[in-house]
Amino acid sequence: MSNAVIADKPRSTLRGARLPKWAPYAIAAGSLAVGIGISLAAGLHSNIQWGLIAAVLFVVGTYVIAARVEGPRQAKDRIATSLVWVAFLLAVIPLVSLVWSTISRGVKVLDIYFLTHSMGLIADSEPGGGIYHAIIGSLEQVGLATVIAAPIGVLTAIYLVEYGRGNLARAVTFFVDVMTGIPSIVAGLFILSIMLMFEMQPFGFAGSMALAILMMPVVVRSTEEMLKLVPNELREASLALGVPKWRTILKVVLPTSLGGITTGIMLAVARIAGETAPVLLLVWGNSLINSNPFEGAQQSLPLYIYQQYANSAGSGAAYDRAWAASLTLIAFVMILNLVARGIARWKAPKTGR
Amino acid sequence: MAKRIDVSGLTAYYGSHKAIDDISMTVEPRSVTAFIGPSGCGKSTFLRTLNRMHEVTPGGRVEGKVLLDDEDLYGHGIDPVSVRREVGMVFQRPNPFPTMSIFDNVAAGLRLNGSYKKSELADVVEKSLKGANLWNEVKDRLNKPGSGLSGGQQQRLCIARAIAVEPNVLLMDEPCSALDPISTLAIEDLIGELKERFTIVIVTHNMQQAARVSDRTAFFNLSAVGQPGKLIEIDETERIFSNPSVQATEDYISGRFG
Repeated sequence: MSNAVIADKPRSTLRGARLPKWAPYAIAAGSLAVGIGISLAAGLHSNIQWGLIAAVLFVVGTYVIAARVEGPRQAKDRIATSLVWVAFLLAVIPLVSLVWSTISRGVKVLDIYFLTHSMGLIADSEPGGGIYHAIIGSLEQVGLATVIAAPIGVLTAIYLVEYGRGNLARAVTFFVDVMTGIPSIVAGLFILSIMLMFEMQPFGFAGSMALAILMMPVVVRSTEEMLKLVPNELREASLALGVPKWRTILKVVLPTSLGGITTGIMLAVARIAGETAPVLLLVWGNSLINSNPFEGAQQSLPLYIYQQYANSAGSGAAYDRAWAASLTLIAFVMILNLVARGIARWKAPKTGR
Repeated sequence: MAKRIDVSGLTAYYGSHKAIDDISMTVEPRSVTAFIGPSGCGKSTFLRTLNRMHEVTPGGRVEGKVLLDDEDLYGHGIDPVSVRREVGMVFQRPNPFPTMSIFDNVAAGLRLNGSYKKSELADVVEKSLKGANLWNEVKDRLNKPGSGLSGGQQQRLCIARAIAVEPNVLLMDEPCSALDPISTLAIEDLIGELKERFTIVIVTHNMQQAARVSDRTAFFNLSAVGQPGKLIEIDETERIFSNPSVQATEDYISGRFG
């Protein structure tokens, strides 16, 4: 590349030859061009194929060029950097494409009417209708699950970090780990078996209980990590003032870690908001508005999406509604995330003067 | 206010490891007692046994007696929480509560104990901050977070927090080791004032500091690494630094240790 320019300078042990700043971009552009060229020549039609060829060329090309100009150590540094970039792009492409296709297909029928009407009088194959009943169902089921799981999860984590010693704490940690791995359908079957014992009909709260089972270990784990981050010095400072241990936890430890705990709970909520299997088993779905989670079948957003696909026999109107409901679900989780971040920032320990 | 501490036959353990062995001493009220000695000799452990903070560490337990004006701190039915209200503590690194303002930090002891009148709170905070020589520096920003202060100010804030609950004894575990000389001087002046009202025990690695601030000095040592720490001698500070009765003390003070 720019060997000629560098050769003119006096040799210094500290200053080696450097590739110019634009070199990585040039190599990237070059490998893209070559990748497309190879694909055209070979008659490959898939975008993925020329993308992968370009990625490989980029990594190899960076190494070869840097090794020739800058030396082997810098070449290794550059190959690590380029691998990170390629991995980052590989991770981002599916995400961007998912968000893009959901938004572009979802906005077609997403409006106020869609958000405020149910599927009461509309067959799944006809246009019209909405997701009001599904939003109500999702909010109630997820809300009740959170009301059950968040306090139990936080208290369990407090026990594990502040009080737990010996075998009991080890056993609790072990079972929390096991619970993290429970497939959602198994949690659903567990509640279903109880329902069958008492000959109960499907209702929203049954779904909440299954969701709570899935949520609890996530809350315990994240809260535990947050509580461990609270410096021991703060606990000792409070204890040394003659504050009882429970008040120390309530007034010093929890406020210090509140931001992180809230974020953890919100992420757990986001996780269960998209669960379909237990809802399908226990809540059944309902095209009418049922705002009572303790009696009768209810709808929920993920279940609505599934049913629009499965029950509509390929009707375009149902597909549009499914995409719009997906967009609503993503937006719901996104808003929860933003709220969690807001709370975390607002409650974070202050350092300003 | 200030009370006398009588320790007899005190042995402290971490699990099965014996940290300090059979220590007996008397700490006079309204005076400053300094603990000196090499690292790992159990000064801090001994200090923490004086307000039952030692047992907060997992596996920590104690044998022996600590009498606070004739009442055994380790006696039957004694509540460690009440002990810590009588015997306050300042730690090596300043540790103000990060979620609380300067005002709330000082008021924390009273508020969290639940024993205060709202009308008195502001007075107590002002009195404590004045007592810690911090009032003039922070009176215009009492609502700002305590962690925004400098290290020396934070340590004085912690002292204000400790004296706000009106303890009888104030324990200080190397309170100046994280501070610069100017802040150290401020704390040392403060210790001189506080000893009018409190019994003060201070652990320090700085022998000049012990000589400057304390009335009596105790020298701790350990025979080998892993062995429990022992009290070698306790005497008037002047005698310890001029004419100690044990050779090991003189060796340590004059730098011929080890």
